Amino acid sequence: MVSNEEVSSIIDAYPRDRRYALAVMQDMQRTFNYVPENGLIATAEHLDCSVAQLYSMATFYKALSLKPKGKHIIKVCDGTACHLRGANNLVTGVKRELGIVPGEVTADGEFSLELVNCLGSCALAPVLVIDGVYHNKVKIDAIPSILKEHATPVVTQ
Amino acid sequence: MTPTPDMTKILVCCGTGCIANGSLKVARAIRDEIVAQGVAATLDLLVEETGCSGMCEGGPIVRILPADIMYYKVRERGAKDIVASLGGDPLKRLLFKDARGERVTAQSENPFYAAQVKIALRNVGLIDPLSIDEYVARGGYEGLKRALAMTPDEIITEVERSGVRGKGGAGFPTGRKWRTAAGYDNYPKYIVCNGDEGDPGAFMDGSTLEGDPHGVIEGMVIGALAIQAEEGVFYIRDEYALARDHVQRAIEAAERAGILGDDILGSGKRMKLSIVRGGGAFVCGESTALMASIEGRVGEPRAKYIRSAERGLFNQPTVLNNVETLATIPYILKEGADAFASVGTETSKGTKVFAMVGKVKHTGLVEVPMGTTLRTLIYDIGGGIIDDRPFKAVQTGGPSGGCIPDSLLDLPVDFDTLKKYGAMMGSGGMIVMDDYNCMVEVARYYVNFLCEESCGKCTPCREGLRQMHAILTDICEGRGEQGDVELLERIGATMQDASLCALGKSAANPVLSTIKYFRNEYEAHIDERRCPAGVCVKLTEFTIDPEACTGCGACLRACPTEAISGAVKETHVIDSEKCIVCGSCREVCRFNAVVTEGRRA
Ligand SMILES: Cc1cc2nc3c(=O)[nH]c(=O)nc-3n(C[C@H](O)[C@H](O)[C@H](O)COP(=O)(O)O)c2cc1C
Ligand code: SF4
Ligand code: FES
Ligand code: FES
Repeated sequence: MVSNEEVSSIIDAYPRDRRYALAVMQDMQRTFNYVPENGLIATAEHLDCSVAQLYSMATFYKALSLKPKGKHIIKVCDGTACHLRGANNLVTGVKRELGIVPGEVTADGEFSLELVNCLGSCALAPVLVIDGVYHNKVKIDAIPSILKEHATPVVTQ
Repeated sequence: MTPTPDMTKILVCCGTGCIANGSLKVARAIRDEIVAQGVAATLDLLVEETGCSGMCEGGPIVRILPADIMYYKVRERGAKDIVASLGGDPLKRLLFKDARGERVTAQSENPFYAAQVKIALRNVGLIDPLSIDEYVARGGYEGLKRALAMTPDEIITEVERSGVRGKGGAGFPTGRKWRTAAGYDNYPKYIVCNGDEGDPGAFMDGSTLEGDPHGVIEGMVIGALAIQAEEGVFYIRDEYALARDHVQRAIEAAERAGILGDDILGSGKRMKLSIVRGGGAFVCGESTALMASIEGRVGEPRAKYIRSAERGLFNQPTVLNNVETLATIPYILKEGADAFASVGTETSKGTKVFAMVGKVKHTGLVEVPMGTTLRTLIYDIGGGIIDDRPFKAVQTGGPSGGCIPDSLLDLPVDFDTLKKYGAMMGSGGMIVMDDYNCMVEVARYYVNFLCEESCGKCTPCREGLRQMHAILTDICEGRGEQGDVELLERIGATMQDASLCALGKSAANPVLSTIKYFRNEYEAHIDERRCPAGVCVKLTEFTIDPEACTGCGACLRACPTEAISGAVKETHVIDSEKCIVCGSCREVCRFNAVVTEGRRA
């Protein structure tokens, strides 16, 4: 759960103008990994518009999600360049390791998988990005070790 | 530090591609080595992080000026030798090897760069994008100074005379667009930069914003003077964090330098710029949807009974231009309309930037005169197809464009020619495909993309795409039926006629152009239940040709599912039960021994 205080600290930075709706929600997305319900309600109040209007934006724009994402976000680029150089294989590879398909989160909340469009590095396709770190020209057999690199280390007592 | 003409500059490419390849570490290592080796005592040195140098595939790229030595695929460990060799002979091993196997030193000796003419990208890869001083040292803001001495009408006339047309895809004459907006006496007016770059597989605009933000800012200010706007907005794609950061910092630098603000260079004119981060929706690249998105609404297009030039952003007169168009404007004002118009063809003046990717050897960012042929782009600049495999098609124009076959490679690329052949030049995405790419699957890919991106407001686009997607998926999965191709053509024609915005109107292009030029592939999927390219999983089975197999074991090591067995120097075998048809074996086989005839029942 995200507290109302945390929500306010984001919203209050913006003037009371509808044009900032997308920016406010993008900030929440970045901070909380999703746009929480109390965030939507508070934003609607602040910008003097309806929750329904914000909800329609939150479901329209790909950058926003209403459900929390995993701790580590795996983005498999499925832009054209990456698609033609085997992006599907990367999805298969992640599925074989973690059992999730694009749009899903692992049961432990550790990883989520997203298919995204071009990440601007097409010349090095196929590209896979985890927590902002780029992996280029990825081959399916390299996926297990890449995932291991990003997993939260298990602390033994 | 302001650079002096004879100082040695080490340019380290820090565009998105090279950063992904570790170039930031290379820059740091070079700086450390300079200190460690104490070369600064004898050499006047400057290390700079630049925007994309073009040949991303050969990155990280390091270029030394004025000697003009260009190094490719530089790693951290190369820093020591690079610094040690300064002032002496270039390091052979890091130079580009041309088709004859010879090492070339200067940028212009590399065929990738030789045929290029840079106007929009004139500074990208050459300067530190965050240094306004360097931008000015290369003639930056000269065009603005000239514009400040002109009337709005004179600026527009200059832009009209140059013949420049919008590079965002539609090719609308920029001067005419500005004149329309200038004609309304309704203030405030706005100028908006379209940096949404929705084409999935293109990075021209992102690289331009990253590598030369002042160039685009200058274009915005000149446009604002022309239409008498005092406020401008950059709409930049959500994924382009680096581009946004550079534009933000460049805006701040321009404010401090008195180029933006309440008194542009002492002229008494005003200009304010801000950035809006896109929400990640392809349709928001469309003009009316983009403006809705800036206003804080859902990004849906509206019917254009009234043009944006009359009532656009916040219902006020608005000019929307693409990044590359705006980056070109300062050049036109500085060098003059005639200089610009001397490049290009009769109806398409100047140059065009392309993001050339896919199966070409040298992928990257290129800028060529309008009218350059596809063959020059792919073979001379791109170096041909990877592993010298057969060329199959080139896709231009992104999801709104089409696939062009081998027989049309000598067509000149400009706004008008490709349209006659069912494709379009588009905003600059150029994707090269070889015989391992399935054209039906490519069509399905674009339709799937558009299906998700259609805003759903009008029926032909929303439902047409959905039906096309279902049919194409069936064909790719072996459930295609006689008549499917004709049905796709009929749906496509309806979408072209009846959709509300250009997304829907052009959405059928990838399907219709692949049917037109690659009908045999559709037929193989439907009639013979096989995917000739070996891409569609359900219609592909890989086998190893015992004649060709040398038993080298490369495929065995590459297979992620351990489906391949065989002893060293003996013929290998693929277990089709375990095979997931990823194609890794085919990719690594140097003897073309992995073959596909389709799926055996
Ligand atoms: C669905 C759709 C997506 C578009 N995406 C972009 C885009 O990403 N970038 C762009 O500059 N223009 C895009 N356009 C074209 C713009 O609507 C507009 O024509 C262009 O930005 C105008 O600038 P220009 O005249 O300088 O080309 C798109 C159009 C449509 C219909
Ligand atoms: S053509 Fe498609 S994207 Fe455009 S308005 Fe209609 S449904 Fe929306
Ligand atoms: S298509 Fe994947 S990075 Fe551009
Ligand atoms: S990012 Fe370095 S060459 Fe393109």
